[in-house]
Amino acid sequence: MTDSTIIKLTAAEIAGKIASGELTAVEVTEAHLARIDAVDEKVHAFLHVDREGALAQARAVDEKRAKGEKLGPLAGVPLALKDIFTTLGVPTTVGSKILEGWIPPYDATLVKRLKAADVVILGKTNMDEFAMGSSTENSAYGPTGNPWDLTRIPGGSGGGSSAALASYEAPLAIGTDTGGSIRQPAAVTGTVGVKPTYGAVSRYGMVAFSSSLDQGGPCARTVLDAALLHEAIAGHDPLDSTSIDAPVPPVVEAARNGSVAGMRVGVVKQFRGEGYQAGVVQRFDESVELLKSLGAEIVELDCPTFDLALSAYYLIAPSECSSNLARFDAMRYGLRVGDDGTKSAEEVTALTREAGFGDEVKRRIILGTYALSSGYYDAYYGSAQKVRTLITREFEQAFEQVDVIVSPTTPTTAFPIGERADDPMAMYLADLCTIPTNLAGNAAMSLPCGLAPEDGLPVGLQIIAPAMKDDRLYKVGAAVEAAFVEKWGHPLLEEAPSL
Amino acid sequence: MTVTELLSYDAALAAYDPVMGLEVHVELGTKTKMFCGCSTELGADANSQTCPTCLGLPGSLPVVNAIGVESAVKIGLALNCEIAEWCRFARKNYFYPDMPKNFQTSQYDEPIAFNGYLDVQLEDGEIFRVEIERAHMEEDTGKSTHIGGATGRIHGASHSLLDYNRAGIPLIEIVTKPIEGAGERAPEVAKAYVAELRELIRALGVSEARMDKGQMRCDVNLSLRPHGTTVFGTRSETKNVNSLRSVERAARFEIQRHAAVLQSGGTIVQETRHFHEDDGSTTSGRIKDNAEDYRYFPEPDLVPVAPSRAWVEELRAGLPELPRVRRNRLREEWGVSEHDMQSILNAGAVDLIVATTDAGAPADQARKWWMGELARSANEAGVSLDELAITPAQVARVSALVASGDLNDKLARQVIEGVLAGEGDPDEVVEKRGLKVVSDEGALGTAVDEAIASNAAIADKIRGGKVAAVGALVGAVMKATRGQADAARVKELILERLGVSEG
Amino acid sequence: MPGITREEVAHLARLARLELKSEELDHFAGQLDDIIGAVARVSEVADQDVPPTSHPLPLTNVMRADEVRPSLTPEQALSGAPAQEQQRFKVPQILGED
Ligand SMILES: [Mg+2]
Ligand SMILES: [Zn+2]
Repeated sequence: MTDSTIIKLTAAEIAGKIASGELTAVEVTEAHLARIDAVDEKVHAFLHVDREGALAQARAVDEKRAKGEKLGPLAGVPLALKDIFTTLGVPTTVGSKILEGWIPPYDATLVKRLKAADVVILGKTNMDEFAMGSSTENSAYGPTGNPWDLTRIPGGSGGGSSAALASYEAPLAIGTDTGGSIRQPAAVTGTVGVKPTYGAVSRYGMVAFSSSLDQGGPCARTVLDAALLHEAIAGHDPLDSTSIDAPVPPVVEAARNGSVAGMRVGVVKQFRGEGYQAGVVQRFDESVELLKSLGAEIVELDCPTFDLALSAYYLIAPSECSSNLARFDAMRYGLRVGDDGTKSAEEVTALTREAGFGDEVKRRIILGTYALSSGYYDAYYGSAQKVRTLITREFEQAFEQVDVIVSPTTPTTAFPIGERADDPMAMYLADLCTIPTNLAGNAAMSLPCGLAPEDGLPVGLQIIAPAMKDDRLYKVGAAVEAAFVEKWGHPLLEEAPSL
Repeated sequence: MTVTELLSYDAALAAYDPVMGLEVHVELGTKTKMFCGCSTELGADANSQTCPTCLGLPGSLPVVNAIGVESAVKIGLALNCEIAEWCRFARKNYFYPDMPKNFQTSQYDEPIAFNGYLDVQLEDGEIFRVEIERAHMEEDTGKSTHIGGATGRIHGASHSLLDYNRAGIPLIEIVTKPIEGAGERAPEVAKAYVAELRELIRALGVSEARMDKGQMRCDVNLSLRPHGTTVFGTRSETKNVNSLRSVERAARFEIQRHAAVLQSGGTIVQETRHFHEDDGSTTSGRIKDNAEDYRYFPEPDLVPVAPSRAWVEELRAGLPELPRVRRNRLREEWGVSEHDMQSILNAGAVDLIVATTDAGAPADQARKWWMGELARSANEAGVSLDELAITPAQVARVSALVASGDLNDKLARQVIEGVLAGEGDPDEVVEKRGLKVVSDEGALGTAVDEAIASNAAIADKIRGGKVAAVGALVGAVMKATRGQADAARVKELILERLGVSEG
Repeated sequence: MPGITREEVAHLARLARLELKSEELDHFAGQLDDIIGAVARVSEVADQDVPPTSHPLPLTNVMRADEVRPSLTPEQALSGAPAQEQQRFKVPQILGED
């Protein structure tokens, strides 16, 4: 099998061929490393490629197979890991200068699980610094290009992971989603991304941005691949106090049995209107029609507090981040600037943080410091938490009437790199549809639903399920995916220009 | 050092009422830290008891130590507090290099225990009730060593070295309500409160509460107000006052200093102050201005703690007898005065005496040895009683050997000396040093006969009725037997030989 | 709701230990004023009698047994240190007390 064929296989197909002996894990890994060599200079999905580590993992899989040991459902499948997870002995930067060259002395729980599942980690992918952003332009290491149009953003903060999938550098990737950072990149790159229920995937070893919102999750090119990865990384972790101690919902089974027949699907009034691109709304409306044709019942929903979600998010996330990022003080690890023997620790910390953090990070730290300071706490942080309660209640009421909710994932398609770089408010709008889910802690998926007619760029359909009902995302997602692929005659990504 | 103006204590109290607030931090004796599984064992190599969590590495997360919570509830119950049905941890945000995350995981407006009191007994037996505001859970910081300064202090240091072994060790912070109405006894109340709290913590078995090892640390907040007024004055916060005596001295010093400032028409600055063990003074630390803004918010990496009522009641039922109650019971059982009991307490001998009586010794004997010979040895060696190389069981054995007549007091002291010197158990020391009382009547008789023969004049006096002179003959026999005879028996034998009966 | 001034940004930057440059103060003050103006909408619910949600999961009492787990070695602990001495993290002189 040629490299160009291998890289287009799905994760499920690769695992099957390795298990059957049709391919070796080393062949598969080498094919992807070669692809990275060929295109990543243009795409810049990776911050660090762990060639040796990946090949060693691949060899171990092949040895296991040779010895007749049982292989897991993703054994030997390459994966691109967002550079927000700590990796023992492999650099972890979180897209920031402040951690340049830092080599963690420990593996994140998610990384341990991937290794235990014999997944081959190719390297670490680019991201907005500390996951703060929607375009990956905030990376201290330069932007990532969208494989559909390299002058456009691949979404953010997990733009490196989505671009790696869309450019066939890896069939699987890991992202993290605080306000949409898995789903929004998936939407603008024509890939699949899932934010599991909060607490489903351990946060231990995932560098914190906003602890009560952050959630790691699977990124892939197909719904089934995402499900297989979801199952590999989810589950209780005693090292994370906010981890759910309950069985993982049957996501793979759901992905293999896609159906919407008889399901009630909600459409929220608040997820359209001003700021939504016409082509996005058009593809979304077609998706709703498709769901109807597949046997779903459509229910109109009104969730008025969703209009306050963005505001609440931009108080809660910065508040938590202002505290989470205080540890980057030049004392124990990472960058140290200005230590010339005359300056105090206090000055060195301030100089280092000034030099080591980018604008967006500083902006949010200051905003969060403000929102938490005495005299403002109640008006800002306190009110934002009340909004959170109200949004959760509106979701609960909605889910009494429907099984899932659908919406566009993003109001627009991928915008040009640089367009919103110095307009934070415009940038924040990219997360308009994804944020309510993070505030409530429930589960959501984005999958491709076509190209916007006006710019030919991918549009994402968001599916939202109640907490711990992640399997519903896969059941609905698989049905929608199958129907679209049948309609288009091929997966959407096939329409992307070749790099 | 700048000379601080002080008013005489009497003059200060003549004009003002002191109001105190005491904040005590207790390091729990858990095996592991509050939020990670690192050991809390003291004395380990620098940075050998650290992990991603207590180093604050990116990505790390905390998980609450169940025994930390249990200890907090026990302390709260013993302090007669209400126990929260639901409470949370919060982050106290401020930068300091000894704090790896640059926030302390603590409790803020939802402490686990609140609204309690502790009755403390003053030296004359009077009971003073100290109201407790709250007891909450938090974590300790790392330890910094300042290099290059003349005195190892922070000023003048060129750099500092940080060891995070202590970072994350569980702390319980116990805060009193303002202590009013103690008047001139305020310093004594402060000391008695900290002493009582220490006994309580030890009795609960949640910490050794050794102030000399930093396991218990006290901040003394103090303000004065003119007699007859109700509004509190501006307070000073004297930090890290780390012995019982220092607590009393710090309070006393601050009363005198505040009074001097106020009487001269000055105003007290709200500031932290440092206590100096050498002369009992305090000096100015950091001014508390409004720039300090800890930006507390609920710790999102931890979930709420909701102690079930059933569990709380179970813990309440399992509380040991409170130290003050126990002390009074023992005092009566032992038949000692308040004053003697206080000395026993101050010497840290209560539990040792109890253990010695538990091992079979009569209470008066146990007390005699621990408060006499052993207290002297400890004092000479500069260690506390419980650090001596002798166990209560061994003391009880010595006491038994005396009771049976195998040892006299003088020999017993030598046995104890041998045990302390590591020569083995009391019986081994007796054996090795050959310290048995000479009870062989034949040998003793010969020695008595010899003494009478060589002290004929004294023997005659005794025969003549001057029984008191027998001491000289007893002394001669004891000398001849190198002290290994039972003096009472010797006296009996002499009087018998001389045909005299006592009294 | 009040906006945010350059002086306030400077104060917040000090609290957050960010040595912002003069031009950054101006730049951020303008942007933060816009952002705060927009997000201040949350105060619309300030009067509503609803409990705040600090956490999306209704979990309580997640605790671990008091059992020692392996620590890092001192070498691992210090592996990222910008400077070290005597197996300790070496940091510039610390201002203040304690
Ligand atoms: Mg405290
Ligand atoms: Zn630790």
